[in-house]
Amino acid sequence: MNSKVTSELLASMPDAQGRFGRFGGKFVAETLMSALTDLEALYCRLREDAAFQQEFDQDLAHYVGRPSPLYEASRLSDAIGGGRILLKREDLNHTGAHKVNNTIGQALLAKHMGKKRVIAETGAGQHGVASATVAARLGLECHVFMGEEDIRRQSLNVYRMKLLGAEVISVTSGSRTLKDAMSEAMRDWVTNVDNTFYIIGTVAGPHPYPMLVRDFQSVIGREARAQCLAQRGTLPDALVACVGGGSNAIGLFHPFLQDKEVAMYGVEAGGKGLDTGEHAAPLSVGTPGVLHGNRTYLMQDEDGQILETHSVSAGLDYPGVGPEHAWLKDVGRVQYVAANDDEALAAFHRLTRVEGIMPALETAHAMAHAEKLAAQMTSDQSIVVNLSGRGDKDILTVAALDGIEV
Amino acid sequence: MSRLSGVFSDLRNKNRKVLIPYVVAGDPSPEGTVALLHSLVDAGADVLEVGVPFSDPMSEGLVIQKAHERALTNGMTLQRVLDMVRAFRRDNETTPIVMMGYANPIERFGYDAFAAASAEAGVDGLITVDLPPEEVSAIDGALESVGLDNIFLISPTTPEARIQTIVERARGFIYYVAVRGVTGSGQLDADEVARSVSVIRQKTTLPIAVGFGIKDATSAAAVAASADAVVVGSALIAEMEQKAQSGVDLEEIQIHGAAVKMLQSIRAGVDSLPS
Repeated sequence: MNSKVTSELLASMPDAQGRFGRFGGKFVAETLMSALTDLEALYCRLREDAAFQQEFDQDLAHYVGRPSPLYEASRLSDAIGGGRILLKREDLNHTGAHKVNNTIGQALLAKHMGKKRVIAETGAGQHGVASATVAARLGLECHVFMGEEDIRRQSLNVYRMKLLGAEVISVTSGSRTLKDAMSEAMRDWVTNVDNTFYIIGTVAGPHPYPMLVRDFQSVIGREARAQCLAQRGTLPDALVACVGGGSNAIGLFHPFLQDKEVAMYGVEAGGKGLDTGEHAAPLSVGTPGVLHGNRTYLMQDEDGQILETHSVSAGLDYPGVGPEHAWLKDVGRVQYVAANDDEALAAFHRLTRVEGIMPALETAHAMAHAEKLAAQMTSDQSIVVNLSGRGDKDILTVAALDGIEV
Repeated sequence: MSRLSGVFSDLRNKNRKVLIPYVVAGDPSPEGTVALLHSLVDAGADVLEVGVPFSDPMSEGLVIQKAHERALTNGMTLQRVLDMVRAFRRDNETTPIVMMGYANPIERFGYDAFAAASAEAGVDGLITVDLPPEEVSAIDGALESVGLDNIFLISPTTPEARIQTIVERARGFIYYVAVRGVTGSGQLDADEVARSVSVIRQKTTLPIAVGFGIKDATSAAAVAASADAVVVGSALIAEMEQKAQSGVDLEEIQIHGAAVKMLQSIRAGVDSLPS
């Protein structure tokens, strides 16, 4: 790692301009600036407010069901015959993924701002479901933007959102996936900024979103750190998480950033292979640019046009990534790698058959890399994998890929 | 004096409101864009606003989004937009050209390289939708060093204190966004526009252009009552789109004609104001 980057610096980002080194910032149209400034001021006050934090913690405990277990996947670890694999069971949260940690937090912010309408973008539908869930609980009007292609491949989650009372808006522009859903949500926000709170689902977007989403998700890493110390008497040797926008990864990584002995791996969607161009791995092969309000690594062409991405998992199918990840890559604190569609699918089946845990296809990318890593380790070493979501939503996709009619 | 300030002060003296059409470079076709720009000048445009196509134009409504998509499908790049400006300048050295776009293609081109190439091609000003004052430092110096005006947006949600910060950085003119929303959307409230324009006028002597939500001669005239300039984009592009869909064997000049006719009608509406 770059020796000029102290552990204090790692934990103190972003700076006052919302920058993580050269990444992050507030690259938005003027109409949104005052909403972002208001949100930043409110959040900076509430993050120091004991009553707000207590309300958040209570919701996480009694509504989400936290803490989530840290489970040693013994059969899988034995089968690989190397390091021990520990699963941080975010799939056991209410609504089945880590996404709800963040929507609980942002819904509390919306409540404090007196906003009656919330909007969200979604890829796999997990963030849309988590947003619709908190909106139902607080009696807020909820509109979820989702690419037409994702609506097709995540039909179960679409119906879940509708059952929860949300309106799901099909986005037909561009690649019809998460990128376009986010653009359309920002267009709605510009139009309805006075009465609407935009619940961004990942650590991307303009400042202060990357910071506040990270803070809400950091409960994952705080718990995992304490659980690992309690169960094994030592910190893990490595952390592994999948990275689309990067919220589950940053949630796991951030509380460990100052623990120099803990290695970290973010796993991007390698799609059909990094050399095919059909993937969603901006940190692995992208270049810096500006999209959706922040500067970060992007998949783009030589003229600065954003490229279409491909991944078997809708939640990783995004050409950008949270700016803090871009910075952590540059300073060398986290290594970013990729797992292909095929590797993820194999890992999906293996975890399901060996441990009886069916991971989301997004999460399966992390599992694929964790297996490789474990094989190179000794049995006294350990890896914590963020099991970010459950795979029920992906059953039809998996069946189709395996050529089975359900 | 820059071409922009020259035109604004000249027309202010003549009591003529400045009319600014917006089209996307490369839409309907890259071959026709330069001719379209000349036709718009003939139809009464005083300044031209040329959209730089981007894959993710986040502040645009559906009409302009589709124009960006068509232009990219037609193979447009930032370099080709600059080439079009250079070609336009061969026959017109007086009408100012403002480019409007998003940060990423410019960042990819390189801010210094872009500023130099724009000045050389004959561009006069730049509006970068997603470079608010907080993020503009990367490009501001580069533009100023080659004499290009950096034009900022002010919106109905901009607080007064912030208006002050913006006008201190702005050059050329101020672009007031008349509606909360994307281009081509919303119901324009001319009284609210007039109030906002008068607030901005207390803080700057720069001319004020108003855009977003101007659909026809009536709404243009209503806005021109308080503003120095009127920007019209979606309405022109929608006319061309409709014309293009009305027949299969249309010459492109016929499609351009739909925008020209619309702009002439808006010109008449704006000019009908009592001076």
